[in-house]
Amino acid sequence: MFDTSMTLSDVWFLAQGAWITILVTIISVFFGTILGIGFGVFRYQVGPWWGAPVTFFLDIFRSIPLLIQLVLVNAFLGIVLRLQISGFAVACGVLTFYTAAYCAEIVRGGIEAVPQTTRRAARSLGMTWFQDMRYIVAPLATRVALPSWIGLSLGVMKDSALVYVVQVTELLKSTQILITRLQEPLFLLIIGGLFYFIISFPIARLGGYLEKRWSND
Amino acid sequence: MFSYTFQWNQALNRLPQMLDGAWVTMQIAVLSMVLGVLFAIMLTGFRLSGNKILSGFATTWIEVARNTPALFQIYMAHFGVASFGLYFSPIASLLIGITFNNAGYLAENFRGALKAIPDTQTRAARSLGMTPIKAFGYVILPQMLRISFLPISNQMVWAVLMTSLGVTVGMNTDLYGVTQDLNALTFRTFELFALAAVIFYVIVKLINFGARLLAARLFRY
Repeated sequence: MFDTSMTLSDVWFLAQGAWITILVTIISVFFGTILGIGFGVFRYQVGPWWGAPVTFFLDIFRSIPLLIQLVLVNAFLGIVLRLQISGFAVACGVLTFYTAAYCAEIVRGGIEAVPQTTRRAARSLGMTWFQDMRYIVAPLATRVALPSWIGLSLGVMKDSALVYVVQVTELLKSTQILITRLQEPLFLLIIGGLFYFIISFPIARLGGYLEKRWSND
Repeated sequence: MFSYTFQWNQALNRLPQMLDGAWVTMQIAVLSMVLGVLFAIMLTGFRLSGNKILSGFATTWIEVARNTPALFQIYMAHFGVASFGLYFSPIASLLIGITFNNAGYLAENFRGALKAIPDTQTRAARSLGMTPIKAFGYVILPQMLRISFLPISNQMVWAVLMTSLGVTVGMNTDLYGVTQDLNALTFRTFELFALAAVIFYVIVKLINFGARLLAARLFRY
């Protein structure tokens, strides 16, 4: 198993795949979180009735396999609109909304965890709505939401393995390409899996630690 | 508005085939969930057993399942274990992969649920003369399943969505596989996958609805 015919350039090839995985994850999580906070605050602010269209829109991203979302958006942009958009952009776009859909739920949960009385007290002190959000709600909600948000980001990293379907060669796809060539599936898959594990495991542990530490008080 | 002519009939004509695929998808998802819950209970038991080897095994399973992509787990079941001379058919690989994943996530949920059950209950059961296994099975387990009902139904949704990954190991009878094959025949990518998306959406909504009905019936006190 360990006498491999893998060369240095193959390692470099895998590293490039890993870099794409990280890049897609960072871009999607960054923009997805911003969007998700926007959607989450909006939905909380306007109530369930007026928020229904947003809820429905975001629910779609959570009820359809990511693979189909990617194929569908890619087909819509490429075949229907005849736009020349790179697979990388499509992948980032879809994953951004995918992240936003879950993030909006987390944000809503975080805001709801802030006691109403605390917020009324803030408004009674003469704070504006924005100041209340910025100085009272944001710090308190972050404590509740951060562990779930960490879980979400790791989930997006793992789900980014599916962007191969829009011709983006991320880590698992590069592993797959090497397997086809070298015919050493077990060895290569373990390397690929180990990469995800090494990134995901410590961060997941950190999330668990924060959750435990912040939930006691 | 678009220079593209939509041909929805092309997709709608294939609806029966796609619904057959959806049925296969449901079967795989349900089977993987049933097995997943059983394995998760086993893993939870291993963790509680106090045996170092058993709990180490359970922890490894859970951490690998939770920290690697589901696609990786399916690849491993299909291509990885082939190195040991074990060849699984696409449907078996898919089932193994999803079950492995389900069991890992569910076991972690069960652990959270266990925290909500007071220790005193185990002690009370034990002092009534129950063996540790009986105490777990009759006292702890029913409460644990009840507390984690919502996570279980969420995991069921995940299982349905994960079946679409079977196509990567050559599965072509589930909803995604059927759609992919039809796409190769007709090149109506957008229409076909839009229809598949609608079917998936309906399935997920039905599961959520069913879970809510079930919860209302099971948990009225």
